[in-house]
Amino acid sequence: MSPKTLYDKIWDAHLAHEAEDGTCLLYIDRHLVHEVTSPQAFEGLRMTGRTVRAPDKTIAVPDHNVPTTLDRANAATMTEDSRVQVEALDKNAKDFGIHYYPVSDIRQGIVHIVGPEQGWTLPGMTVVCGDSHTATHGAFGALAHGIGTSEVEHVLATQTLIQQKSKNMKVEITGKLRPGVTAKDITMSVIGVTGTAGGTGYVIEYCGEAIRDLSMEGRMTVCNMAIEGGARAGLIAPDEKTFEYCKGRPHAPKGAQWEAAMEWWKTLYSDDDAAWDKVITIKGEDIAPVVTWGTSPEDVLPITANVPAASDFEGGKVGAAERALEYMGLTSGTPLADIEIDTVFIGSCTNGRIEDLRAAADILKGKKIAVKRAMVVPGSGLVRAQAEEEGLADIFKEAGFEWRLAGCSMCLAMNPDQLQPGERCAATSNRNFEGRQGRGGRTHLMSPAMAAAAAVTGKLTDVRELM
Amino acid sequence: MDKFDTLTGIAAPMPLINIDTDMIIPKQFLKTIKRSGLGVNLFDEMRYDDDGNEIPDFVLNKTQYRDAEILVAGDNFGCGSSREHAPWAIKDFGIRCVIAPSYADIFYNNCFKNGILPIALPQEQVDVIMKDAEKGANARVSIDLDAQTVTTSDGEVFSFEVDAFKKHCLMNGLDDIGLTMEKAASIDSFEAAAAQSRPWV
Ligand code: SF4
Repeated sequence: MSPKTLYDKIWDAHLAHEAEDGTCLLYIDRHLVHEVTSPQAFEGLRMTGRTVRAPDKTIAVPDHNVPTTLDRANAATMTEDSRVQVEALDKNAKDFGIHYYPVSDIRQGIVHIVGPEQGWTLPGMTVVCGDSHTATHGAFGALAHGIGTSEVEHVLATQTLIQQKSKNMKVEITGKLRPGVTAKDITMSVIGVTGTAGGTGYVIEYCGEAIRDLSMEGRMTVCNMAIEGGARAGLIAPDEKTFEYCKGRPHAPKGAQWEAAMEWWKTLYSDDDAAWDKVITIKGEDIAPVVTWGTSPEDVLPITANVPAASDFEGGKVGAAERALEYMGLTSGTPLADIEIDTVFIGSCTNGRIEDLRAAADILKGKKIAVKRAMVVPGSGLVRAQAEEEGLADIFKEAGFEWRLAGCSMCLAMNPDQLQPGERCAATSNRNFEGRQGRGGRTHLMSPAMAAAAAVTGKLTDVRELM
Repeated sequence: MDKFDTLTGIAAPMPLINIDTDMIIPKQFLKTIKRSGLGVNLFDEMRYDDDGNEIPDFVLNKTQYRDAEILVAGDNFGCGSSREHAPWAIKDFGIRCVIAPSYADIFYNNCFKNGILPIALPQEQVDVIMKDAEKGANARVSIDLDAQTVTTSDGEVFSFEVDAFKKHCLMNGLDDIGLTMEKAASIDSFEAAAAQSRPWV
């Protein structure tokens, strides 16, 4: 048998049909659904008299729109159109008989945090969701694609996705990370190297000692941003940590089925002599705590650097950098560590898990915020409960952070959590596009520890100085 | 789905790289449960000021480009979120074709599901078409999907690549769910086999 990559293995195990022209139907094991990209898909099913082919493999949760303030049970906290979307999901879940975690359920949260937490996401699966950060689930060695609404409808109706095979890219992070450097710094640094289009046409497998050393939470952070590098998906081969994480989760297999699953899962790795279309190697010890300065996730620099000049770039990037500097209100040559911050946002599917909250709380312990506002939005109700149990919530509250309920919140600002024009935010989310966190809002992306450091000093800060 | 075969129209130049889906349709317009009506909000934050007035400098606000049916843009067009609201807004505005050096994956796929043809051409060729587009409404660019060509107003012809299956669906306005359902037997047998080999799924 010819050697295969992990991607090849999962692909082959899910190929339901291959046409002569190479167009493939990939069978989908898990379909995650949220309120923003699904209403038109369910409407399509109704209009054509189609049904959901595999309701038991379809899981829905509202997250993008829902308010995260403590009074959200009060319907008046939601705008009319948000409420209509959430109610549409309530109704669609019921009408089509799919698994559902309503806003009132403690298990509710960001779809990419709920899936793994409930054991829906398992190694070797194909997972799709009408959301680009579906890549997150690749941390389990699952092939996870973000899809559009027409494809959501296609998967609902047929449990398959029309796909053409991507190319294989290996991103190896060798050696150990230095203190203060996290999974977020790895994934942002990779995009800094490849650019936001560097992964287009590829599925990336992250490997190497520094990746192996990460917890499952950290691995999810890494895969989450594969899409920011343009890749169709990110993958990490499952290992003992993966199996340990999955074991005992509500929807993970039990008993004999667990044993059978383990037998297959242990074969899920790239063969030694597998062929790669592209290989990138980065030394773990070369990675520093990083932040973004511009309006594209590829605008990444170590915190110790200065704001660049447009003339530092080439081609179309010159104009883009000019525009970004103006939008961000930055002068080239300014040390990044001198940039003052108004707001801190800790949360999102990139960094809204328990380990992220621990890392931030560790920096905040016994300190007060020096910014206008700061909020923590746990990724799920269960993350929130655990953080309360561990005493993290008290640390955040005493420091001056708002302690919110679970949702996407200020990651995309579809709910009332938005930046004002010109407001500058240190955010643990994944996109710093113009207007992403509110019209005219300025976003700097970074790790939870770095965001916490910015909260206590009021400026972008090298977290290593506070450690 | 609408068919796409040939198109001759005004091309609007947007010489920016990394035009993301938040720019194409900002999130405040994602709260609809319909597919239509998004055209007025296409590029909303670039197109209107804080009071909702048109920004005269923005390309689609200029008289000569108001009826543009083709958009010419920089590298990595449509990066960012998977929101299909982006192609819905483009289509609703009246644009049926985008020409750029490269696209983000999900956006590229989404276009075909909505009767929009995204054409990828090398940077130098996009530069030529961009120049043509900058001439305004008299410069009509022609697209022929069957022949896989773009013709500038000066008669220069560029060939582009497109996946055969996607081309077939677009030219015939085919609904790919219907096409996949014709293969239900393959899906049934795959599912039955998987239930044996991976019963935990
Ligand atoms: S947290 Fe942000 S990136 Fe993640 S699913 Fe929600 S909106 Fe998308």
